[in-house]
Amino acid sequence: MTTVLEPDTDTTDAVEAPAAPGGGLMRRPRRITGALSWFTTIDHKRIGILYGVTSFTFFLLGGIEALLLRLQLARPNGNVLSAEMYNQLFTMHGTTMVFLVVMPLSAAFANYLIPLMIGARDVAFPRLNAFSYWCFLLGGSFLYSSFFLGGAPDGGWFGYAPNTSITFSPGHNIDFWVFGLQILGVASTTGAVNLIVTALNMRAPGMTLLRMPIFVWMSLVAQFLTLFALPVITIALFLLMFDRLFGANFFNPGAGGDPVLWQHLFWIFGHPEVYILILPAMGIVSEIIPVFARKPLFGYAVMVFSGVAIGFMGWGVWVHHMFSVGLGPYAVSAFSVSTMFIAVPTGVKIFNWLGTLWGGSLRFTTPMLFAVGFIAMFTIGGLSGVTHAISPHDRQQTDTYYVVAHFHYVLFGGALFGLMGGFYYWWPKVFGHMLSDRIGKVHFWLWFLGFNLTFGPMHILGLQGMPRRIDTYAEKMGFDAWNMVATVGAFVIALSVLVFLVNVAVSRKNRTVATADPWDGRTLEWSIPSPSPYYNFADVPQVHSLDEWWHRKYTEDDSGRLVRLPEQPPEPRLATDEEVARIHLPSPSYFPLIAAFGLPVMAYGMMYKAYAVAVIGAVILIAAIYAWGFEPSAEPEESS
Amino acid sequence: MKLRSSRLSLLLVGMALALSACASDAPQDFTKPEGPIAKQVDRLFDPVFAVAVVVFVLVEGLVLYVAMRFRERPGHDDAPTQTHGNTRLEITWTIIPALLLAVIGVFTVVTILDINKVDATGEALEVDVYGHQWWWEYRYPGEGVITANELHIPTGRRVELKLQSKDVIHSFWPPKLAGKVDVVPGHVNHMAIEATEPGTYYGQCAEFCGLSHSRMRLRVVAHSPAEFATWLAGQKQQPAKPSTSDEGAALFQSKGCAGCHTVAGFTAGEIGPNLTHLYSRKTFAGAIFDLNEQNLRTWLRDPQGRKPGSLMKLPVKLNEEEITKLIAYLETLK
Repeated sequence: MTTVLEPDTDTTDAVEAPAAPGGGLMRRPRRITGALSWFTTIDHKRIGILYGVTSFTFFLLGGIEALLLRLQLARPNGNVLSAEMYNQLFTMHGTTMVFLVVMPLSAAFANYLIPLMIGARDVAFPRLNAFSYWCFLLGGSFLYSSFFLGGAPDGGWFGYAPNTSITFSPGHNIDFWVFGLQILGVASTTGAVNLIVTALNMRAPGMTLLRMPIFVWMSLVAQFLTLFALPVITIALFLLMFDRLFGANFFNPGAGGDPVLWQHLFWIFGHPEVYILILPAMGIVSEIIPVFARKPLFGYAVMVFSGVAIGFMGWGVWVHHMFSVGLGPYAVSAFSVSTMFIAVPTGVKIFNWLGTLWGGSLRFTTPMLFAVGFIAMFTIGGLSGVTHAISPHDRQQTDTYYVVAHFHYVLFGGALFGLMGGFYYWWPKVFGHMLSDRIGKVHFWLWFLGFNLTFGPMHILGLQGMPRRIDTYAEKMGFDAWNMVATVGAFVIALSVLVFLVNVAVSRKNRTVATADPWDGRTLEWSIPSPSPYYNFADVPQVHSLDEWWHRKYTEDDSGRLVRLPEQPPEPRLATDEEVARIHLPSPSYFPLIAAFGLPVMAYGMMYKAYAVAVIGAVILIAAIYAWGFEPSAEPEESS
Repeated sequence: MKLRSSRLSLLLVGMALALSACASDAPQDFTKPEGPIAKQVDRLFDPVFAVAVVVFVLVEGLVLYVAMRFRERPGHDDAPTQTHGNTRLEITWTIIPALLLAVIGVFTVVTILDINKVDATGEALEVDVYGHQWWWEYRYPGEGVITANELHIPTGRRVELKLQSKDVIHSFWPPKLAGKVDVVPGHVNHMAIEATEPGTYYGQCAEFCGLSHSRMRLRVVAHSPAEFATWLAGQKQQPAKPSTSDEGAALFQSKGCAGCHTVAGFTAGEIGPNLTHLYSRKTFAGAIFDLNEQNLRTWLRDPQGRKPGSLMKLPVKLNEEEITKLIAYLETLK
């Protein structure tokens, strides 16, 4: 294993081929610039950018799906989409937004930022990192290839058995879902291992756990949840795969199987998944607010512990997705109560953010607007969540638009607001120029307006008894007006996304050059030039406190007031050529991409029962992992 | 900024108002429950919703206040006091919500145990409910009555439903009368409903059950006890066996209808809805079409065209004359 910590392990001896220095199959690619280098890169920052671009592309696709759904539902007895297409689109919208947008967008931020925030040069396992990304891209592409190969998955993002069994879904639609999610699971699980080890082992000297930036903390918790939750859905998918391909009967009630088992497995994964989606965004908001309030995060330790508490409690509430399944009054009682109490650490976070804002000097830049918008909108999602916990009434609410409204307030009003704020906040660090604040504000207000127009009315539609996942509804049900409003709102959101894309293009053209520290930041990524150089830090930082970078610029007087230090840190500098030569960075590699490529090949082979193809895929995977294990640690000149 | 903040507050107030004012003519609106069971559950929701509104106003109010009060502006102190936290405050806003939730929790658990009580009086009416893709079947045990989509019940009497599925998971949901309970293959679930006033209560399947999930609707028709007895007696009557000269009945046999549909005393299909008293119903095909000549005609021309995925597969296309005769026969099934 090549790691940054052990730069000079000489593994060339292990290669059987003659391995003449400078030649042979096992030579590692060297280029770190140019279009082709993106395929072999293992730089956590470039992988972060790849994650960001790819998941944003999927965000556009998922958004187009949503617009089509909204067009169909704009009026009663709509005929924009067939029932078949509607079911495919709502399934793909949910699957996309969860697995291909919010999770990997969080991964984009985590990849790019965790090493920079903890003063490291890369993640712990750089090639594994590239492998995670390629699995994500190929898994997502595999899923989307279904549209061209007979039809997309149509069993809902929750894929309830036995509707997803071969009896009731005989086409390949569900196969794409079963295999696609397994490939994406590989991406998430390996990514989790990597980021956990990175946060725990790669921190700069002096950075104790309780000096770790809150975003790193929240990502760490989310990655632990990923590590433990993904195996559960993987098992469920595996069982479903056996049911579908090999006539097993895990979920077939006719043969003694139990469809409720699927629900337990899915939601034991599915509820922690909610926190996997929201915690990184909470971390982003917790980074943005102190910077633009010019105050430290109120109750940092409590924020950390409440995040950890949410992570733990997230495992004890899954049955609240199943209150109408008929599990009996005692199970329902226990899970009602546990669900209520998970609101406590969440509430603590909201009050602590307010505490951070209180008495601050608030600069309402675009990232700050998104962060404060997060608090306002997430609160609504949290409160409707508490109403779900009163389970007797949840039997009315569940599977209605009231729930659709709830989780969009959490995942859009929460996660996406936070991630959008993160874009504006870290854009200068990543690309070296600012996004326009003026266009950004237009973006925010359209986004905010469109969001509330779309999802606010869904509360009412739900309470009026409009069920979810219906491709049409009759007139005279009282659903007409609010559905039209929601559809208009969805197009306002689409407009705001266009404004964002315009902002990206215009800002790229205008290039308002970003300084190293444009926002007067608090964390270490602002102590290096913008855009961040590929080696990250010219000098590995020595950390003395939480908000290390802030403490190099400011202190407090006796009454706790902010005082600018007379001696400011020197302007962040680039490393000299000599220093760069001494900095060891992991070399690019072909094998993460090749190994990842084996997975969709295996999946296509399995689902079409072309087992020879599946074997070829497995051979590609295994050969690439083998080569990965034995490729030299660096380009031949250096490793010999 | 000031303008924006006030715009924001307007929006939030507007949303709160909109939430509290649901349209009145929504037949599935469960904020206005009808029967005692739905009302009991609703009583639990109202105070929690009120608490949620209070917290909502408090938090959103604080956000707006803070955003205006502490906004950076000329002359504003841009070197704020660096508070790092306040243990007492943080404990307070941990404990108060926890206590509040504990209170809600107690009421919730009491209600859960209460609504799950099994009827001890033995006076409840029992009905077996079967979910099919994409229609509902109701059987009145001991009465020999089988009907579809429209569940008839007496008012003022608890009705206990025994829910079973013939294929995938469905969810039985008449919102005005009770919260939904899933209908899970391999499991037998129970739920109770009760109506106080006679009338027709709308509902529909609430668990995604495949292609035509949205077209699996239902109605609960509540009668006064006397009228219910009349209805039940009517359903028990066996129609006269059609004469051999009835061309519609002959088509019903020869065109495959009989393989799936039961007409008591005539055919014994078990796959589709029992049609013995078809014309005692107001709707058909998962309660999505009004039962009338015109709708039956378009339905018989192309079931899948009118209801995607419908399992009513016609072995051969029917011509208009055959359809006319079939409908004439069906109209005799009162």
